Amino acid sequence: MEKNVKTKKKRSFRLLIQVLATALTNGYVIGFAQGKIYQGSLKQVCVPGLNCYSCPGAVGSCPIGAMQAVFGNPSRNFSFYVIGTIMMFGVLLGRLICGFLCPFGLVQDLLHKIPTPKLKIPKKVDKPLRWLKYVIAALAMLLPVFLVDEFGLSAPYFCKFLCPAGTLGGGLPLLLFGEGKEFLTQMLGPIFTWKAVVLAVVVIGSVLIYRPFCKYLCPLGAFYSLFNKFSFYQLNVDKDKCTGCKACERACKMNVEVLKNINSLECIRCGDCKRACPTGAITGSYLKLKKPATKSNETVCTSCDRCSGCK
Amino acid sequence: MRKVSTIWTLRAVFFVLAGAFIVYGVLSNEHYEVFMKAIMICLECIGIG
Repeated sequence: MEKNVKTKKKRSFRLLIQVLATALTNGYVIGFAQGKIYQGSLKQVCVPGLNCYSCPGAVGSCPIGAMQAVFGNPSRNFSFYVIGTIMMFGVLLGRLICGFLCPFGLVQDLLHKIPTPKLKIPKKVDKPLRWLKYVIAALAMLLPVFLVDEFGLSAPYFCKFLCPAGTLGGGLPLLLFGEGKEFLTQMLGPIFTWKAVVLAVVVIGSVLIYRPFCKYLCPLGAFYSLFNKFSFYQLNVDKDKCTGCKACERACKMNVEVLKNINSLECIRCGDCKRACPTGAITGSYLKLKKPATKSNETVCTSCDRCSGCK
Repeated sequence: MRKVSTIWTLRAVFFVLAGAFIVYGVLSNEHYEVFMKAIMICLECIGIG
């Protein structure tokens, strides 16, 4: 009973951080009230999560949108400021950003709480599909550089054709409450229809599958995942305490093989594995690196009920 | 121990590189370019342009 209470408190703590992060990065309430976007100096700064800067509430810039904007400028060869910012977020936090700070991650988490039967994607489909987000990340970087018009200008292709956060956070509020909503409505065309379909698929998918956008499509998650193995925040399994019961793997909604690779590219540091572990073998640490545990020669029974006597 | 020192090396390298990129980007006014893009409604981003 006590463990259930502690687990609930920790889950609520994570939800609180997610809500606070969303409020902080989308806290420009005046924008929603007046149907305008924020135009203050904070927009020079990229926020860590996926958050369209055309959302009326956005106070900072989306890293992916900003990256494409700079890459698409014919006078720039490389986006040092934005790539440097993404790298800094990555090395400091890795995919902790996905688990705790990303507003679109929160949206997917909340949608997944809707009580419906959930879909289990077979491993042979799930595993190869996880690589799609890396392809999308590469295209998000390369297309604005190489796919240009006669004036050398390009479009933010990921934002234009795929990003559901832009449709949800920017498109829909501006069309419903925006200052120039009549003008914007007249300009709707097939691209908006396509993006609305993408949003609908992601929304329905999020109800049925845990974080489908994060797993398969998010280029920002793809970038941050590259830092998971060595970011300052790391998870660790104490092999002396671990009984191999795999409660952690059953609890992991990102389908990480926790015992094989706890700092996997797919781990969003939600902490579900830590909460599920009956022996407290999983811990998270910031800055500190735990030395690999030395196996003791003594066999200690942990009452895991999986043996016919420890050998 | 070798793995621990490799991880710390990677952390240091990427931390310093990220910092250098950010400073260079700010000095070449890239943050201003980000700002100018972000304060206009991105019609492509919202599915209109």
